[in-house]
Amino acid sequence: MQLLLFNAFNGLIQGVFYALMALGLALILSLNSVINMAHGGFLVIGAYLAYTLAPYLGFWGALVVGPIGAAVIGLFVERILIRPLYKRPDPLYTLLLTFGLALIIEDLTRTIWGAQGLPFQVPAALNSPISSVLFFITGYRVLVVAITIGVMIALYLLLRYSRLGIRIRAGTFDLETVSALGVNIYLLRALNFGLGCLLAGLAGVLAAGILGLTPPMGSSLIMPSFVAIIVGGVGSLVGSILGGLLIGVAAGITTTYYPAASEAVIYLIMLIVLVIRPRGLLGQEGLFE
Amino acid sequence: MIRRHPIEVLLWIVLVTLPLWLAQVGGYTALGTKILIYGIAALALNLVLGFTGGLSFGHAAYFGVGAYGAGMTLKYLVPSTPLAIVVGTIAGGLAATILGPLVMRRRGIYFAMITIAIGQLFYFIAVRWNNVTGGEDGLAGFQRQPIHIGSFVFDVQDETKYYYLVLACFAIAIVIMRVLLASPLGHTWVAIRENRRRAQFLGLRTDLYVWAAFAISGTITALAGTLNAMLFNFTSPQDLHWILSGNFVIMIVLGGMRKFWGPLVGVTIFVVAQDYLSSLTDNWMTFIGLIFVLIVLLFPKGILGLIRSRRRAQTSPRAPGIQQSNEALEENRSAPVREVAK
Repeated sequence: MQLLLFNAFNGLIQGVFYALMALGLALILSLNSVINMAHGGFLVIGAYLAYTLAPYLGFWGALVVGPIGAAVIGLFVERILIRPLYKRPDPLYTLLLTFGLALIIEDLTRTIWGAQGLPFQVPAALNSPISSVLFFITGYRVLVVAITIGVMIALYLLLRYSRLGIRIRAGTFDLETVSALGVNIYLLRALNFGLGCLLAGLAGVLAAGILGLTPPMGSSLIMPSFVAIIVGGVGSLVGSILGGLLIGVAAGITTTYYPAASEAVIYLIMLIVLVIRPRGLLGQEGLFE
Repeated sequence: MIRRHPIEVLLWIVLVTLPLWLAQVGGYTALGTKILIYGIAALALNLVLGFTGGLSFGHAAYFGVGAYGAGMTLKYLVPSTPLAIVVGTIAGGLAATILGPLVMRRRGIYFAMITIAIGQLFYFIAVRWNNVTGGEDGLAGFQRQPIHIGSFVFDVQDETKYYYLVLACFAIAIVIMRVLLASPLGHTWVAIRENRRRAQFLGLRTDLYVWAAFAISGTITALAGTLNAMLFNFTSPQDLHWILSGNFVIMIVLGGMRKFWGPLVGVTIFVVAQDYLSSLTDNWMTFIGLIFVLIVLLFPKGILGLIRSRRRAQTSPRAPGIQQSNEALEENRSAPVREVAK
């Protein structure tokens, strides 16, 4: 029973990372119509920036600066490479471009920081377990969950009440009309892309504290995030959070009984959802069909 | 039915004589074989990508299933090259046929995402099912076997002879694909690509046509996979990974996805470049990534598309203007706003 709880909680933490990634991907997908294959790259950038800056800024400073760094690089990438492609309606090109970027970022990370894993130091106070029975619940893991919940609430408030958020939501429904109403949709999409990269960077820093840093950490987290979006339903942000947590916990629980299938189960869930409910758990009917 | 172009005849002459002179220009026979194998896979993927308009980003799955199917047949069942090819091809084809219905109603971005994710399922099965697939280390311990036809023995363990076996498979695949594309089925695919809704209004069950394209394309890709496994007498989870899927797509775009032979041009350039770069620098992945970025930004129509538009510009003085205005029109229609949700 304890083992089951342990694995389920591990899965939940993984699910939190999937959800953060999926949320950023889903934002970019719905407004920018870009499948950001380089999303894992921005995660890696956030994580390694935090690692490099932590000695100077401390853990908390790095936790803030890492994601912002990823967002700034994301803004540059959007401006220079992705914006010229908006006029091509075929999503193939942005997919290939970000795919290439993912390769470049992973390879450069390996060149700069080395191929072997690096540990990311979190404050010692956060590393001690909260109780001896639930030995796996450390302060840091609670912090990860707390920060994620906080960020999600902030994002909800942003999208629900701020002018920028309302425009982003309107843009996902009908970008043409939003443009006709005098909104600078280039700026809107750039900010949205940056926001997505910010979330990826945050996921990277938080994940680094638990999984450590390796150059392929981004590409190993991005596929489950795709699955999270498909399971939760394309076009639904809540759905992608739900999907991320669901597949994380499912993978964790599977580890208890049949460790070899812990990755495959994620994709099996996706297949089952696609058969029973093709649009995903919370997806809107007819979107991208 | 099928018109022969003089360049096409030249292409076949080059392919048939390739082992005779490839070594003189700095290549080696296995490189030529690899180009042919990847060529089969890319041409097959282009049935879905370029002709039906389905953004399949997971074709490495069927390539890999074919490869593992062939490898396991040789290792565990019977040491027979033709049987390995048949079993692997059927296995990959079945996988594509069964999974096709999950994607056939989707379009664009969603089609791509689902095909990518489905591909990963096979990757993790190959990595984790250690005792059968060899796990992360890959499947080794099998050898392609000489082919016995009556009393005649065709010893494909010889590299040059294996090249000709692959060339024969390549030719068969080409004939099948050409016949299909010239048939009403092929024309329907193009119609679906150009305007799916209009095809539906004509009473065509577009889903089933997309499914057919996906299944046929997956089957031929699996054929390429079986040949690839026997080329190296080895196959690894990398043959199933989404990076290979992405490589297939970029090869097609590089060559030109609207032309039948485009993918082969792309494959040739990409495979040679990869071979050269990986011997030159450890950072070859960065260069491959740069190739992706540059192709997307500079040659979105591919090399054959580029040649064609230039030739058209030369032959007709009015054409460039018309083309420009058409392009401008297209850009106006889609920029700054894109189709967001249908």
